[in-house]
Amino acid sequence: MKELKRVVPTAVVAFCLSASIAMAATLDDVKAKGFVQAGVNGDLFGFAKPDEKGVWKGLDVDTARAVAAAIFGDANKVKYTPLTAKTRFTALQSGEIDVLTRNATQTLTRDTDLGLDFVQVNYYDGQGFLIPKKLGVKSAKELDGATVCVLPGTTTEQNVADYFRFNKMKMNPVVIENNAELAKAFFAGRCDSLTSDASQLAGIRAVAPSPGDYMILPEIISKEPLAPAVRHGDNQWKDIVNYSVLALIEAEELGITSENIDEMMQSTDPRVQRFLGVTPGNGKALGLDEKWAYNIIKQVGNYGEVFERNVGVNTSLMLERGLNALWTNGGLMYSPPFK
Amino acid sequence: MNTSAPEKIPFLRDPAKLAILYQILTLAGVGLLSYYLVNNTLSNLERQSISTGFSFLEREAAFEIGESLIQYSAADSYGRALVVGFLNTLIVSFIGIILTILLGTFLGIARLSSNWLLVKLSAIYIEFFQDIPVLLQLFFWYAFFYEILPSPREALNPISGLFLCNRGLAIGIPHWHQAFLYMIIAFVVSMIAVFFLRKWAAKRQAASGKIFPTFKVSLALLIGLPFFTWWLTGAPMEMNVPELSGFNFKGGINVSPEFAALLLGLVLYTAAFVAEVVRAGIQSVGKGQTEAAKSIGLKPGQVLNLVILPQALRVIVPPLTSQMLNLTKNSSLAVAIGFPDFVSVAGTTINQTGQAIEGVALIMIVYLVFSLSTSAVMNWYNKKVALVER
Repeated sequence: MKELKRVVPTAVVAFCLSASIAMAATLDDVKAKGFVQAGVNGDLFGFAKPDEKGVWKGLDVDTARAVAAAIFGDANKVKYTPLTAKTRFTALQSGEIDVLTRNATQTLTRDTDLGLDFVQVNYYDGQGFLIPKKLGVKSAKELDGATVCVLPGTTTEQNVADYFRFNKMKMNPVVIENNAELAKAFFAGRCDSLTSDASQLAGIRAVAPSPGDYMILPEIISKEPLAPAVRHGDNQWKDIVNYSVLALIEAEELGITSENIDEMMQSTDPRVQRFLGVTPGNGKALGLDEKWAYNIIKQVGNYGEVFERNVGVNTSLMLERGLNALWTNGGLMYSPPFK
Repeated sequence: MNTSAPEKIPFLRDPAKLAILYQILTLAGVGLLSYYLVNNTLSNLERQSISTGFSFLEREAAFEIGESLIQYSAADSYGRALVVGFLNTLIVSFIGIILTILLGTFLGIARLSSNWLLVKLSAIYIEFFQDIPVLLQLFFWYAFFYEILPSPREALNPISGLFLCNRGLAIGIPHWHQAFLYMIIAFVVSMIAVFFLRKWAAKRQAASGKIFPTFKVSLALLIGLPFFTWWLTGAPMEMNVPELSGFNFKGGINVSPEFAALLLGLVLYTAAFVAEVVRAGIQSVGKGQTEAAKSIGLKPGQVLNLVILPQALRVIVPPLTSQMLNLTKNSSLAVAIGFPDFVSVAGTTINQTGQAIEGVALIMIVYLVFSLSTSAVMNWYNKKVALVER
């Protein structure tokens, strides 16, 4: 009885104390763990999908690797958590992952209501329709009454509903949570059309039974800026992830590639010197090693290399740079100066 | 005998007072734990500026739902979308439970019959469908429907007004006419008539021993009276026939492959378990009962209905309730095959609004409501059929 009298109040006090301990910063947690936990798609060819040997490849995978290279100097210190469209935000909110690199569109609601912060866009995309050529449809405006396959809980679902409402057309949605099952249902003929971001459609068509039978309709019905996301309330972590992505873009603008980076270390251009850490300052400001940007470009490459390797014209997705070219080439990729 | 006044027991050794003390401490402990959990959750949500509260139910949903029993469009609120999902779950569970009980009872009795083939076939069915995970069965039926069936332009047309394709089964239905209202009234009237007929027939049998063909007469009334009304009002027969226009069939009613696959998968799976429950119930009745019933000249059907089942139902009804609840909960797997049930719609809402806690709380409340009402009905039925033993 005496023990009970002592244990119960102590337990109660312990509970109350632990409730007031503030959450440790994400960077400290990640450094203690020794790796970055990244949430990815897992099933999207070109963005995040393991190849036949089990090695993770993709644009979002390379973005996560850039963050790991900045923090640890080793791009392989990443663990990937495949997430569906429905679980991706809860996984980030709850702390299960440190960063979400899962081709998520930045929207006002997500930036505010969901308690997330989006960083630099790593792919500017738009939503389109994939349709079998044999239906003879040439424009998205002819889709009245069509059955459309779409992933639930995405901006895609809302955009297609808005588009059909605006054009006074009727639509029958078929919503299947799993990407692979959705594509299977579309190719088996359950739906007339599959709608998703144009890059995803290219990826899905690339692995179709007969890719030549399908076409992407010319109408792009929405803006889809795809960006990595982190939780609200941790400014240092957000800056690190943001500038890791911007480093890829700035490197391409400065002409630094993974091949020529060691020669560039001898460059006399002050911008290159500040970027690569020859002139110290940037690393300390972010709380990282001064060679953080050097590590990123050496191990992952610059944005152009990342793009061409994963989704470029020589891959089966055959996507042009388009909006994702540097601002100097007519695209939207523009980084603030690194000083 | 020396009776002295009882000693005063010290507080810490008095069992009655100690019991109260322990209960107060436990209550305080639970209260403090709940307070800590709720406080922690709320402060975490606020720190990450995730919104709380149920005001999201009035916001515009901005997504379409594939099938709905009520009018719904993307301009309606999240609240209405959730109601649509709720009704979808309700209809799948309701039809699923009825079909499962019918199929399961048949299989359970079949496994105990004297026909060797029937016994073996039902045993194979039961073992097979019990052992395969239900999600795999749902995937199989869904893929079966959309792989095997042709596209709308080559739809199967076995009889006029019925089209079968991978978009679903399109059936022609009669156009709504005033006569149908009268038919519904006639049906209700005939149900009341059947109720009183059964009471009268039972009284007559108790008094004079004469058996009245209640079942056949009730059936005739329930079907005949509405049809008679329909014929009286001029037999209107305009059909709303589905027609291929553009991409899909318009008109008539459409049973989607998602609904059919979910219903079929759930019913076949749960019926295997219900069959075992029924078999257990029937086997629990002593063999002497069957022999005694046969020896007084009852036919096999009457033996089952009048002697075996009333005693077996006591053993069948509680596990049967569990199986019905299992079917309702398994219907939440619909999200994997594209049927917009409550969990699917709530999951989309959670993803769009970010309010996971409120969303999951709603899902739990809805399933709790389903389960509690099913249990309540079944427990009432159980009390009603319970034999009062002396």
